[in-house]
Amino acid sequence: MYTTEFEKQKKLVSTEDPEKLAAFEARVAADEFIEPKDWMPEAYRRTLTRQISQHAHSEIVGMLPEGNWISRAPSLRRKAILLAKVQDEAGHGLYLYSAAETLGTSRQEMIEALHSGKAKYSTIFNYPTLTWADIGAVGWLVDGAAIMNQVPLQRTSYGPYARAMVRVCKEESFHQRQGYEIMMVMCAGTADQKRMAQDALNRWWWPSLMMFGPSDAESVNSAQSAQWRIKLFSNDELRQRMVDQTVPQAEFLGLTVPDPDLKFNTDTGHYEFGAIDWSEFTNVLKGNGPCNKERLKTRVKAWDDGAWFREALVAYADKKAARAAA
Amino acid sequence: MSKEWPLWEVFIRSQHGLAHKHVGSLHAPDAEMAVNNARDVYTRRNEGVSIWVVRAVDIVASSPADKGMLFEPANSKVYRHPTFFPMPEEVKNL
Ligand SMILES: [Fe+2]
Ligand SMILES: [Fe+2]
Repeated sequence: MYTTEFEKQKKLVSTEDPEKLAAFEARVAADEFIEPKDWMPEAYRRTLTRQISQHAHSEIVGMLPEGNWISRAPSLRRKAILLAKVQDEAGHGLYLYSAAETLGTSRQEMIEALHSGKAKYSTIFNYPTLTWADIGAVGWLVDGAAIMNQVPLQRTSYGPYARAMVRVCKEESFHQRQGYEIMMVMCAGTADQKRMAQDALNRWWWPSLMMFGPSDAESVNSAQSAQWRIKLFSNDELRQRMVDQTVPQAEFLGLTVPDPDLKFNTDTGHYEFGAIDWSEFTNVLKGNGPCNKERLKTRVKAWDDGAWFREALVAYADKKAARAAA
Repeated sequence: MSKEWPLWEVFIRSQHGLAHKHVGSLHAPDAEMAVNNARDVYTRRNEGVSIWVVRAVDIVASSPADKGMLFEPANSKVYRHPTFFPMPEEVKNL
């Protein structure tokens, strides 16, 4: 999802104290929350640090495709809404970085890992937002997929992560609705506007489904993560829910989902959908998506351009502290 | 950035009459910026009427290992709860 899961871990030979491990697993199984100072297996700490920091990076980089439309939003109303939405994503990134820090990795280390290209973020943000309709499609589909993933994570076993997800989920449904509203307005507009909406759906549909990560057969970490309540539903389960929920919404808009194999199975009550092109996903993940380089460049530039300001704040704080001490 | 900004824990009073409640943390170079950042990060939807920020290093926390020692003694003192004392039906206002 917001994490990439392709960094498969070797099957770990556990070197943990078996008694502590058993007590830990019993707590998790009893739906208790694990807090920062509690004992936890190293692999749990490592997996969560990776997952939460990748999630944080996704929120932060996720501001870029939408941020570049703030100045071009078609009305003041849209501009104010988009600004608030993007600001929320910054907040989500901050809640998540804080949660990840409680596991012992510093903010600085995480930011450096993102900027050096070592850390991953969701592949979805490496696609361009070409027209205003893309802002609609992103809110509707990308935030929609994010909600699908984040709602169950409110019950994840690590307390700070679960609490961050509660805050995030409260804010997220506005994001999806504002996107869908953009789509509704465009689909009720001129033929050109409706064509733009269809074009945006065509380009965002498959990447949105890929957001849930590789198919269950390919995700080797799942069993352990499920046992530790880091992962509550499998990638394929969440993807299926996304399709089931979204297809009727597309129909309401009068848009066509770009999948010739899509059909409703009356026996199962679910939509069946076509094969996902995983080579595209892997390629974007490897850094060869349409915007990988540009996203990272923009992110690093924003950080570097703000350095003087951060330094000034520190100088001012130091000066005040020195005066107070004198 | 030469030095990492300290971590602050943020507490918000959501309504008048309620206690401040821990909502999360953030980094800021000083107390003033911590309050400003807390406003932006934790009260974008009228979540609060008052903010406290405390440097995380200044918080003293009990250790999970001391949980038994600290909290178990209260378990055996059920008489601290009114339900420990059943009252006859006909006795009112107790
Ligand atoms: Fe978000
Ligand atoms: Fe969002």
